[in-house]
Amino acid sequence: MVRIIEKRQLTPITKLYRVEAPLIAKAASAGQFVIVRVREGGERIPLTITDYDRDRGLITIVVQEVGATTRRLGELDEGDEILDMVGPLGEAPDIPSGGHIVGVGGGYGSAALLCLMRELSDRGEKTTIVMGAREKDLLILADELGEICDNVEICTDDGSAGFKGFVTERLQQLIDGSGPGRPDYVIAIGPMPMMRAVEKTTNAAGIDTTASLDPLMIDGTGMCGGCRVTVGGEVKFACVDGPFFDAHQVDFDEAVSRSKMYVKEEQKAAACQRSAAGAA
Amino acid sequence: MPVKRADKTPMPVRKPEMRAHDFEEVNEGYCFSHAMFEAERCLRCQDPVCIDGCPVRVPISDFMHAVAAGDMQTAAGILRTANPLAAICGRVCPQESQCEMKCHMTKRFGPVAIGHLERFVSDWEMEQPRSEEAAQPWRDEKIAIVGSGPSGLVCAGELARLGYHVTVYEALHAPGGVLRYGIPEFRLPNSILDWEIRSLELLGVEFVNNVIIGKTIKMDDLFGEMGYSAIFIGTGAGLPKFMGIPGESLNGVYSANEFLTRINLMQAFEFPYAETPLKVGKRVAVIGSGNTAMDAVRSALRLGAEHAMVVYRRSENEMTARIEEYEHAIEEGVEFHWLTNPIEVLGEDGWVTGLKCMRMELGEPDDSGRARPVPIEGSEFIFPVDNVVLSIGTRPNPLLSKSTPGLRTHSWGGLLVDEREVETSVHRVYAGGDAVTGAATVILAAGAGKRAAEAIHSDLNAEAA
Repeated sequence: MVRIIEKRQLTPITKLYRVEAPLIAKAASAGQFVIVRVREGGERIPLTITDYDRDRGLITIVVQEVGATTRRLGELDEGDEILDMVGPLGEAPDIPSGGHIVGVGGGYGSAALLCLMRELSDRGEKTTIVMGAREKDLLILADELGEICDNVEICTDDGSAGFKGFVTERLQQLIDGSGPGRPDYVIAIGPMPMMRAVEKTTNAAGIDTTASLDPLMIDGTGMCGGCRVTVGGEVKFACVDGPFFDAHQVDFDEAVSRSKMYVKEEQKAAACQRSAAGAA
Repeated sequence: MPVKRADKTPMPVRKPEMRAHDFEEVNEGYCFSHAMFEAERCLRCQDPVCIDGCPVRVPISDFMHAVAAGDMQTAAGILRTANPLAAICGRVCPQESQCEMKCHMTKRFGPVAIGHLERFVSDWEMEQPRSEEAAQPWRDEKIAIVGSGPSGLVCAGELARLGYHVTVYEALHAPGGVLRYGIPEFRLPNSILDWEIRSLELLGVEFVNNVIIGKTIKMDDLFGEMGYSAIFIGTGAGLPKFMGIPGESLNGVYSANEFLTRINLMQAFEFPYAETPLKVGKRVAVIGSGNTAMDAVRSALRLGAEHAMVVYRRSENEMTARIEEYEHAIEEGVEFHWLTNPIEVLGEDGWVTGLKCMRMELGEPDDSGRARPVPIEGSEFIFPVDNVVLSIGTRPNPLLSKSTPGLRTHSWGGLLVDEREVETSVHRVYAGGDAVTGAATVILAAGAGKRAAEAIHSDLNAEAA
């Protein structure tokens, strides 16, 4: 059991939790993830470690409520406990030094970039975050990222804050020399279609890019193979070989298709959960 | 003595048409009189060769004597001393290639049902009242066990009996390893496993779930700041192999590990009340012929498949599953396609639609001594299927060896151990079970766990002396 000591509502459907997980906090590196289970009979879902505090034994996770499990998690408050949490899982990415490193975060993906970008800034890299959301109120952790990165580029679909348009459009402008200028290396974290779009953009410009994939997984230790992705024609397990892969080598069509394997079942589980909540 | 000339007492089983639709246990178990009668069939051989067939050398003749006399208390004691996981092994051991194969009754009347009796006595033991007061360790040394599968459980139990502080670390949210995530309820009910684990807790063993040694805690920290004197690695062989044929990443293709884990650990059969889904269509092809393949194909049947098929490139003779599982599968309506080698998974819109196969014929023996299957030119054909489950074997997980400097492995991933077959290349780090041998049986893992516990005890005593 893992106790929640702080909860912050970031957007109507996105919550930030700081939880007591001293072993995980001690072992964690930027870019790794945990797997949680919220109730008996519940699913195991992966969540990126947004931040960690080794001294206090805390880790931070950000949850976007999209399915039954994340909604259940979102209902938990300070003082509540998360049934199971295991980690840190996956490998920290190997980001090359010396150059302009641009993190591109879509939606809750910006949260996953937080401690990674801080680590890079601390290392002395020139860092820029390009973060996007549908509208201003859906942007998450913009202030925190602003303090960490040398440059913050905010994008909203409706223009309610920053650049009006997609992160990839702003990224293209950077590549063309606008603002903080052309990236030497790009880190993409966000929904699969966004990462695929980032990959297309940087591929055309010949910029090395890594993407953090979050396919379905169960154990997180390489035991089930459910999280397999094809990278450069080879089958890899995102849980142990990833989650970061060379975006230009990832078979995104397959990854997107696999991520939709249980769409109907997810709706059914969510409906079942809602009706149970209604009955209670 | 007429009893000795009787045939093997059949195991009472639930009717195939009933059991093929639920996950309740198939075998119902002997009753008391069945058990006494069956034990009386034992010839009391002067040289009980059955014991040579048992990897942990259960004193089978003494055991039979006690059962035939109706003294189940003594029988249970004999069993438990030799095999701490008797209730499990009575259910999952391949007795036909071990103790029962050696039995002198085998040729004429069928062997004494050693496995069924092992199960009966363990089940009897489980029904007896016991004290719920946990024992206290009396030695100072702490031992860490990595992984809670059969080798880890046995090693933990033996060390706790010797008075050590024992902690078992498990990566998943429930202990048991492959006994939990791999073997289905209809063959090994979770309640049996829970009872065994509770027994270990009563011996003083502590279980810690959700900790991955090598990730959450490094091996060095177990020795260093956490103060363990020895570590036993029983991490099994949990990494699924894929065939490397086109279409394996299509939706609807599972490793047997994933398929069974969704069912056994995550209870997908209770979806949507349990929230982990599993897609089982009308036609399911399971590739492979081991116990895991039987578990997967019979699970598919129980989850509504109308055609649950085993596809295997060799013939029935080379099949590696326990004979009982094979017979049960046939009774339940599983279809077997021998000498059939899958060469491609076909799909449409990202989903599996078919399995392209070739017919095979048997040629000269290969490295494994079994007849080599040779493809028949131009024999390609397509099975229309909704799911493909790959059950072609597993390898040891490299997670721990990768994160532990000095821990040496074979090229195929198995941990290297010393001439005693217990200690790894790292001092005071022991290993056993599938992590050392590659995928094998519960009883071999149990035997390895026991051997390691003895070695740990004698090494630590030698150090103290």
